[in-house]
Amino acid sequence: MRRFLYVAKGVAWRSVHNTFANPAIILPSIIFPLFFLAAFAGGLSSISKVPNFSYKPGYTAFQYGFVLLQSSAFGGVFTGFAVARDFDSGFARRLLLTAPRRSGIIAGYTIGALVRWLVTGTVVTIAALLAGMSIEGGGAELVGLFGLGVLVNLVAALWACGVAMFLRTEQAGALIQMPVFIVLFLAPVFVPLRLLSGWIHAVARYNPATVALEAARGLIAGSPVKLALAFALLLAGGAIMSLFARRGLASAERAG
Amino acid sequence: MSSSPSAATLAPPRLLEQVGAVARRSVTRTFRQRALLIFPLVFPLLLFAINGSGLGAARKIPGFPDVSYLDFALAIPFIQGALFVAITAGTDLARDIESGFFNRLALTPLRGSALLAGQLGGAVVVACVQSLLYLAVGLASGVGIASGFAGALVLLALSILIAFGFAGLGALLALRFGTGEAVQGFFPLLFVTVFLSSSNLPRNLIQVDWFREVATYNPVSYLIEGIRSLIITGWDGEALALGFGFALLLSVLTLSFAGAAMKNRLVRT
Repeated sequence: MRRFLYVAKGVAWRSVHNTFANPAIILPSIIFPLFFLAAFAGGLSSISKVPNFSYKPGYTAFQYGFVLLQSSAFGGVFTGFAVARDFDSGFARRLLLTAPRRSGIIAGYTIGALVRWLVTGTVVTIAALLAGMSIEGGGAELVGLFGLGVLVNLVAALWACGVAMFLRTEQAGALIQMPVFIVLFLAPVFVPLRLLSGWIHAVARYNPATVALEAARGLIAGSPVKLALAFALLLAGGAIMSLFARRGLASAERAG
Repeated sequence: MSSSPSAATLAPPRLLEQVGAVARRSVTRTFRQRALLIFPLVFPLLLFAINGSGLGAARKIPGFPDVSYLDFALAIPFIQGALFVAITAGTDLARDIESGFFNRLALTPLRGSALLAGQLGGAVVVACVQSLLYLAVGLASGVGIASGFAGALVLLALSILIAFGFAGLGALLALRFGTGEAVQGFFPLLFVTVFLSSSNLPRNLIQVDWFREVATYNPVSYLIEGIRSLIITGWDGEALALGFGFALLLSVLTLSFAGAAMKNRLVRT
């Protein structure tokens, strides 16, 4: 266990250091969610005039729920890019040679993703509050909201690490981010699920991201819905993705 | 003095031949990189499918045009595709600079203008293919073109002109910065210009004042509205004039600056 923590701590520190020492890496992960927030909450706010649309805290808060979870997922995705870059540069192979407990590598990258998102999530929250967002939920609901974000970040980071370790090239970038992007946008992003119609309603209804999104919006509104289901699904997703990431690591170990 | 066969052999090829040779290489290279080709084709269609359905409820907003949201949204893939063309064209050009191909070309009598025009040839071909595809997918998904068959042709012409202008921007970035990484780094910035426009809602239905102001001053709004007018309105002279005007302005500006940057890149020592 000590050797695991030793490796995890070293990789996490390097991941965090690389992220925050390089503006080209940290800025996109902060700016992108802010633009999404501005574009969706600002540009689409008249969507709230659609008949039967009701969300007490307002459209900015409605979109904040999505953008917060999206930023947490992309915090994980961007970390996958860093893993792929480490394989391309040869650093990851040297790391595999020297790490006394290799599973600590995955944990380290995952911690790096979490730290990255905590900064992004805080910036997005401040921006939404400055834009006039009202949060009806109390302290416990906010903790729950960020708890959801942490789990989404974990699932996405483990997915991204797994893909990056299987493919071991920066060209894996599209494969890392596209499924995450699609799953997120096939949820009820712009209007509640009941206002969707056609194929998108059928897909969104069974999309696990919908449950997480509805739970997040419920917490913001101070009336939690589907919370237990959301946490259960995300924990299950985390367990599956940790197995996937572990297999990716094994694949990288075999490749030498 | 009459030109001898050897002198004729040594004479540099005419400008059109130079453009043709570079364009042939550019087109061939573009089609050989299928991964680069597929993503720009598929991604805008994916967003069209998702947003077109996800934002379907927007047509219930009072004052929204009396068309389906898919009709309204079809203009967006053309602009997103043009952005991808810019990045592809810029990245290809940057790769030539990074690999030293440009330096070798500087040793030949090839003219800078021919090189620039030829390099953009691949981008124009991609723009033609993707515009036809977007239009076909739109028609297949039930979108009607209010301006009819002639309007569809004008739509294709406008979208190709827009893509050409953005390809010029990609070339300018490549020539100024010289690396593919720098060109790709501009992609989010370009993408943001689409978000901060009238892409998702008509400008008069944007409630937030600052957003409406940004969208009004953002030329991308007029490019989108030019294409959109042909799909949902019919023949709208003002929207078309603004659309073609900004597309032409973009092309002229980017190509002028790219031409100047090309001269610096091809300095013969």
